Amino acid sequence: MAIEKVSIVVSRGSLEGVYPGLIMANGARMEGIEATLFFTFFGLDAIIKKRMDNLSVATVGNAALRLPGGMKMPTVMGAIPGMSSFVTHMMKKEMDKIDIPPVGEFIEMIHDAGGELYACKATVDMFHLGMKDFCPQVSDIISVGQFYEMSENAEIIFT
Amino acid sequence: MAVLEMENKTLELDADGFLANIDDWNEDVAKVFAKEEGIEELTEQHWTVINFMRDVFKEKGDAPSIRRLTKESGVNTKELYALFPKGPAKKAARIAGIPKPKGCI
Repeated sequence: MAIEKVSIVVSRGSLEGVYPGLIMANGARMEGIEATLFFTFFGLDAIIKKRMDNLSVATVGNAALRLPGGMKMPTVMGAIPGMSSFVTHMMKKEMDKIDIPPVGEFIEMIHDAGGELYACKATVDMFHLGMKDFCPQVSDIISVGQFYEMSENAEIIFT
Repeated sequence: MAVLEMENKTLELDADGFLANIDDWNEDVAKVFAKEEGIEELTEQHWTVINFMRDVFKEKGDAPSIRRLTKESGVNTKELYALFPKGPAKKAARIAGIPKPKGCI
């Protein structure tokens, strides 16, 4: 049976943590599949106005990170000041080449395509946030119970 | 091999049900594909999208990304999804007579 609806949870706030969920949500809409995005924990950074276009790649504790040429990046190198912003800059440049938009533009695109965006209530309470902190594409702050209600007949994807 | 029966000729389709030869395409073929996708009438905006997709395909060998499509064709994201409600990427490409898009965005 063809997939008709997806509910995607974005739980991480690094650049590489946020993009897979956004790409999957946008890709779903491109295929005519309904898409709901639920941002939780540090994933909320992707919808916080002041932070969304300022996410960075984690260069510490990222075992798969490699230097140009393919050698693994030693953990201490990842901790050098400026390394994270350098790697982030490089990755954003490569993404732009293949037409992946910056987070803010991507969120707007997904929303205009009919995708829905929600923030997790528990995290909002924990971090003392409110609707005023979020980009206008966010529909509401919802509980996990509401998330499951909304996800009836949907495939739930956790990222 | 699947085919598309037109009034006066039979056109070959590829494994995805898209037109096998881009040169077989004409406006009548587009209309037949559109009906199959549930689009009864192709409006001027539909044609803008269709022609843009064909132009990009001829230039690059693949369909444009949705981002490029909405930035350069003059049809914005909301309009694009309203024009092709079942998913603009594949549906518009099929109607435009080009192969299934390879990109992710």
